[in-house]
Amino acid sequence: MPIVLERLNYALQHAMESDERVYLLGEDILDPYGGAFKVTRGLSTKFPKRVLTTPISEAAIVGMANGMALRGLRPVAEIMFGDFLTLTADQLVNHAAKFRWMYNDQVRVPVVVRAPMGGRRGYGPTHSQSLEKMFLGVPGLKVVVPNSLGDPAELLCAAIADDDPVLFIEHKLLYTCPMSVSREGELVDFQIEQTQGAYPAFTLRPANTPRLTIACYGYNFELVRSAALELMMEQEIFVEIVLFSQLSPFDLEPLFLSLERTGKLLTVEEGTRSLGWGAEVSAEAVERLAGIKVRRVAALDLPIANGKNLEDAILPGLQDIVTAALELAAR
Amino acid sequence: MDNNLALFKTMLVIRRFEERLLAEFSAGKLAGTTHVSIGQEADAAGIFSVTDPEDVVFSNHRGHGHFLAYGGEPYRLAAELMGKATGVVGGRGGSQHIHWRNFYTNGIQGGIVPVATGMALAEKIKATGKIALVFIGDGTLGEGALYESLNMAALWKLPILFVLENNRFAQTTPVEKGVAGSMPGRFAAFGIPVWERDSTDVLEIQSAAGEAVGVVRSGGGPVSLIIHTHRFSAHSKGDDPRLPEELIRIRQFDPLIIHGARLSKNDREKAEADAISSIDEAFLRASADPLPGLTVEVPASDVGRSNLEI
Repeated sequence: MPIVLERLNYALQHAMESDERVYLLGEDILDPYGGAFKVTRGLSTKFPKRVLTTPISEAAIVGMANGMALRGLRPVAEIMFGDFLTLTADQLVNHAAKFRWMYNDQVRVPVVVRAPMGGRRGYGPTHSQSLEKMFLGVPGLKVVVPNSLGDPAELLCAAIADDDPVLFIEHKLLYTCPMSVSREGELVDFQIEQTQGAYPAFTLRPANTPRLTIACYGYNFELVRSAALELMMEQEIFVEIVLFSQLSPFDLEPLFLSLERTGKLLTVEEGTRSLGWGAEVSAEAVERLAGIKVRRVAALDLPIANGKNLEDAILPGLQDIVTAALELAAR
Repeated sequence: MDNNLALFKTMLVIRRFEERLLAEFSAGKLAGTTHVSIGQEADAAGIFSVTDPEDVVFSNHRGHGHFLAYGGEPYRLAAELMGKATGVVGGRGGSQHIHWRNFYTNGIQGGIVPVATGMALAEKIKATGKIALVFIGDGTLGEGALYESLNMAALWKLPILFVLENNRFAQTTPVEKGVAGSMPGRFAAFGIPVWERDSTDVLEIQSAAGEAVGVVRSGGGPVSLIIHTHRFSAHSKGDDPRLPEELIRIRQFDPLIIHGARLSKNDREKAEADAISSIDEAFLRASADPLPGLTVEVPASDVGRSNLEI
């Protein structure tokens, strides 16, 4: 039963085997250590000249990857913790995202920046955040997030093959999740629809009439799915789940189709609530579909505490999702 | 063409182009902002006289001179500044965001340096023999991304020349208020050799650049070239708090006068006439060109996938 980490590691290996232009850069990514979260383990042994360990220089890691991409290579940069993406913001926003358009489509920037994100491991305020919201809505920059339902390997290979820059957000707890398809029984009550394209959205439709739609991405799908099962078993409330792989730029058509059936939207994210992903998704939904009801579950607008009880109180948990779903269903 | 005459012509075209640009702004024919390099022309002329046309260049907000010395057409640059569809990047980038062949600019201080360093890495990996050049100023010395890049360029022995044009002012801030310690020391700390000239004499700069480029091209790793120069013009258009007498004093370092003395009167006058007429023609032609339309959707397969074919 493969776990997400193994699929991501396989994707990097496969991309390097099939395309000699693919290079990896990042901090502490050489064997035997193989990266802080082991996504690059084994690769420096297989490709000693193409896995480049760097100093602690996030701006230069992404900046150099941008330069390599402009000159015909396909670099994949690892930022050890997603929190450190703030140090790369200039390179992502003012360089990678700009070059293609501001140079009048004369160039492409096929760079991938991978970053482990998210909390629930007790790493405290600067190693637990979900900062992807800061990079959403940047023209020219794609933000892609794997999950356990689609194949993370296909998603990462697609990002590496993409001619445009991709910020690839990997939740730390997702690494050890087994692939959903192999978890027999857990999804049997849902019919799964998938959009076309490199970064598909999934719609999970229950057998009975759904009362609401839950939109989510990444690791939070694990929580949402558990919440959906609990609502079904204990409350006989059926929900549809729309799971996104590409957050920005976004195509919400699958969500709109689901909302036409349910009329109620619950968004779930681990980033802070204010001015976040759920806020924008809700706004788009309300503009498009008059009369729908929306509710957001997200982290409190606080830094993430180091201690477990405080961290649990700050980040959205399974019961927060269940409670919000019940309230929304009752409206 | 004779070396002395060629260098003079390059500097003269840059000078007259940028003077024309400022005049067009004053006349209200150009909008937005621009940064000219009047006074610093010897740097661009000297350096690009010793580089290879295939070398990869990253320039900055003050890049017109670099572009013209690299071989860029005054007409395409004029059109770009006017926001015309025929501009270097179709009117999207303007003065400080252009790309043509292996020449790139961006208007972010410091941020261009790691990009150029990554370009040098790519050329080394591909074993093309090309080197990278990146142009920074005294103001860039305040940016952290520069030092990350110097470190990695040195660690990986990358073929890159860091050109520091010290025009003594970061916008309005004099180096005394902006740069602590030693300029060459900042490169030397990373083991990067330094060529340093306090000069606006294009022959001196050509000679130093030739040596510096030679070391980079022969696989010697990164090299820095520090040129202490003078900017006669304001940072952009009107923001110059320097005293009038100071602006007059530094005119003694005019590279056109210093180098022009080596040419015959006849050669100078002919070069002048050629420069004026080519720039007149460039601006006239560009002004008649159409403005671009806005395309929101980018076609999937289209023009200029230049870097994907590299």
